[in-house]
Amino acid sequence: MIQTAVLNTLAYEPDRCIGCGMCQDVCPHGVFLMDRHSSSTRKKIARLVRREACMECGACQLNCPTDAITVDSGVGCAAAMIRAALLGKEEPTCGVGADCGCSAEE
Amino acid sequence: MSAKGTTPTRQTAIRPATTALSVADHWDHFLARWGVNRSGHRVDPGLYALGDPAPESPVFVTANYTLSFDALRSALTDVDAYVLVLDTKGINVWCAAGKGTFGTDEMVHRVEETGLHNIVDHRELIVPQLGAPGVAAHEVKAQTGFRVIYGPVRAADLPEFLETGQATPEMRRVRFPLSDRLILIPVELVHVALPMVLSAAAVFFVAGLQGSAAVVAAVLAGAVLFPIVLPWLPTRDFSTKGFVLGAAVALPFAASVLMGTPDRAWWMRGGEALAYLLALPPVTAYLALNFTGSTTFTSRTGVRHEIFTYAPVMAWTFGTGIFLALALTLTQVLGAI
Repeated sequence: MIQTAVLNTLAYEPDRCIGCGMCQDVCPHGVFLMDRHSSSTRKKIARLVRREACMECGACQLNCPTDAITVDSGVGCAAAMIRAALLGKEEPTCGVGADCGCSAEE
Repeated sequence: MSAKGTTPTRQTAIRPATTALSVADHWDHFLARWGVNRSGHRVDPGLYALGDPAPESPVFVTANYTLSFDALRSALTDVDAYVLVLDTKGINVWCAAGKGTFGTDEMVHRVEETGLHNIVDHRELIVPQLGAPGVAAHEVKAQTGFRVIYGPVRAADLPEFLETGQATPEMRRVRFPLSDRLILIPVELVHVALPMVLSAAAVFFVAGLQGSAAVVAAVLAGAVLFPIVLPWLPTRDFSTKGFVLGAAVALPFAASVLMGTPDRAWWMRGGEALAYLLALPPVTAYLALNFTGSTTFTSRTGVRHEIFTYAPVMAWTFGTGIFLALALTLTQVLGAI
């Protein structure tokens, strides 16, 4: 496992989970898995099963209707962060106007 | 069909689109992959019709980047559907979602502007899963009445998704296979080309043709070879993986200096070999570290940690190597005088 992908700020409060399953649907790395709440009930609840795979994209936090998930989301891009540091900017993001090398994925 | 919700009844023109890609489309993709006119590969935002859609036909949402739009429409052969193109300024879905331009506000705006409520009689939008970092599904539902259904990561899985009505766990996972890494190489190459040629020219005056070749080798190792061999390089971090690859590139140059010119003083040859071993690996390592932004799995926290850990090491080894090379050259020049 690559260290650079292991460190992250993902936090999850299971008590707030209503079992909607959105976090499982939106996560590109299978970090959440919907599971039975307990043996006595059929209610579902999200479980953190691959916390170390979180890349801090922020999809789960944004799509959680009860704010059970928090993550300091951002772009894991050294080029953007170094450029931001050199130019004295705060938050590097992809896209518009940025002369970044990022062209991945559809 | 009846107008539901609070939207005005006005609707913009629905443009036709084909599922087949033309030669011109492929040429556009080629140019995009080589970074030519980077933000110019755009589709007009708005509503498009694929085939002969009816009010019950599905609505797919995508970005106004030609590669995104074309991946979607070419996957929907024989499907009658609507495609809602958001204005992401010519940026792909995932990157635009990270920035928020593929986002809740733009989706709500585009649904209302196109009068989608009056065109379809259902209230569902099929949104690519990688759009989720910018879209709050419950917000879109609250503001437009449309339920966001996250489709698979890859457009190619859409036919199966439409058939079964659900995305399998595998369809929801982002991978980074060789094919995805290879396709990034042209842009990486374009980015380093000019600095590489200029550095090679500058180094020529200090270390001759062999020095120039070494610069080219170290840069190409970082920009071309690194994406290919990424999964098979030892160690845990991008920077150290880059150092390993860079060292492998530097070794032949160092060996060639040591063995190749036996008539020169041993400390001269040793110093020059050491300069190669110090200056080249950090170049490759730096490019390797920069590749983090192109991958599909690095976190900002992790990358920040890596920058703080390795950037000073890169600067010091590189600086020492260059200093050593210059000192040796100077000694040689002075000695000749």
